[in-house]
Amino acid sequence: MKVLVPIKRVVDYNVKVRPKADESGVDLNNVKMAINPFCEIAVEEAVRLKEAGSATEIIAVTVGAENAQEQLRTALALGADKAILVETDLEVEPLGISKVLKAIVEKESPNLIIMGKQAIDGDNNQTGQMLAALMNYPQATFASELKIEGEKAVVTREVDGGLQTISINLPAVVTSDLRLNEPRYASLPNIMKAKQKPLEVIKSDDLGVDLNPRISTLKVSPPPEREAGIIVESVDQLVEKLKNEAKVIS
Amino acid sequence: MTALVIAEHDNNELKVSTQNTVSAASKLDSDIHVLVAGAECNAVAEEAATCEGVTKVLYVDSKEYENFLAENIATLIKNVSDDYSAILAPATTNGKNYMPRVAALLDVAQISDISSVESEDTFQRPIYAGNCIATVQSSDAKKVITVRTTAFDAAPKGSNSAEILKLEEVNDAGISEFIKEELAKSDRPELTAAEVVISGGRGMQNGDNFSLLEGIADKLGAAIGASRAAVDSGFVPNDYQVGQTGKIVAPNLYIAVGISGAIQHLAGMKDSKVIVAINKDEDAPIFQVADYGLVADLFTALPEMESKI
Repeated sequence: MKVLVPIKRVVDYNVKVRPKADESGVDLNNVKMAINPFCEIAVEEAVRLKEAGSATEIIAVTVGAENAQEQLRTALALGADKAILVETDLEVEPLGISKVLKAIVEKESPNLIIMGKQAIDGDNNQTGQMLAALMNYPQATFASELKIEGEKAVVTREVDGGLQTISINLPAVVTSDLRLNEPRYASLPNIMKAKQKPLEVIKSDDLGVDLNPRISTLKVSPPPEREAGIIVESVDQLVEKLKNEAKVIS
Repeated sequence: MTALVIAEHDNNELKVSTQNTVSAASKLDSDIHVLVAGAECNAVAEEAATCEGVTKVLYVDSKEYENFLAENIATLIKNVSDDYSAILAPATTNGKNYMPRVAALLDVAQISDISSVESEDTFQRPIYAGNCIATVQSSDAKKVITVRTTAFDAAPKGSNSAEILKLEEVNDAGISEFIKEELAKSDRPELTAAEVVISGGRGMQNGDNFSLLEGIADKLGAAIGASRAAVDSGFVPNDYQVGQTGKIVAPNLYIAVGISGAIQHLAGMKDSKVIVAINKDEDAPIFQVADYGLVADLFTALPEMESKI
């Protein structure tokens, strides 16, 4: 079974991002970049499927600028076998990304696509579902458990009320939630080995996909500031304030 | 033109998130239809028809919609979408699951999780865990939108009696199948709709200690939530999680207990009206957003608080 893992280069999750002073966008100068945490979980799941003998080959793919090769190397160090960069300098929306991924799926014919449920920059939570739609594949989003059973995948999903389990026919798209697994750290020998693994670069223009944005960002502003309140001295004072000042309890 | 709102329900009752979404839709269009798709969900359609602002309810009743499988629901929505200028769903796990599929079928770029409607094509939405608010303009003729429900008041129910139109639409894609659901049973209010929420974090130390929150929750009629750290550590199930990738809440009163206040958690609760933080670490970032902070050991503070409210 061949597994495709689309990933994204994003701001490291520990960085507190701010808008630029002129509100024209997000200030990403000198900010640490990393593989999106949900994508890392997706790579880990694919590697575990390979270790369990159900996956034979793992391909990591990303759509982005040349420097996104760094994150593909991370995926290779974690255990992907080869990587594909679809290179573009455009900031591509989820719809455009899913069209690029469709072209890659048609070229590589994977049986399973595992990807993060959302990227922590745009917080869109769209690309996996869109790819599934374009391919007319079933989808299992927000997965916390994945089992391959013959030509089907049985997936437990994190939903608002608890957990839901569904069965989907392969090929399919699965998107990872936080508790699908805990990703390993890449070992130094594996980081070295990753440098030798194949990384193919395809120009997005060569795929003939329309990547023109449909949504324009007019401005990026800071959220309304919340001012720190007061430190109360005791439970008594807290209860008194909640009753008489904030009037939120009676 | 007309906006279409996709109803969130459990086949028995309409969820408040639908009413929040109707309210968002009313800022776009004066004519609002609601699609109720499910199995044996006639009562839900009748409830939706009483929502203020709704002009028509499309009601589809067939077993392949019972569990809201994205493949079947998305095709249904696409098939009824022709006459609508905007399609909106609440950003619940259901809405987040099927709406991007609808958008791709319609070749539309979805606008996720809007927190405000600026005009018929311009919206605000939080990005980077709410650290930035983007104002975005869509050039698509048809808008596909998910709605951050805490940002919009619920359209009231009971005053209206919109027409209910029953449609016969069968869309079983046959590529996915529901197996089971393990839903938490609780007498407490739903986390996303509660007036008061009390959440525990890593400081609770284990799942049993969440009982310290229960006594207070009972007295205040509160829902119980948790930080990601508490869920990851297995103290409580995933449906408790408040944060960037969990539930977004904005109650009148949010009490954070033993929660440090990571960016990811603040993203899910910082729009609450009044925030209380109880933490023994006086440097915890949660105090920077709290209206009332109490630096104390939660194991003594919680029982004392329970006895005094």
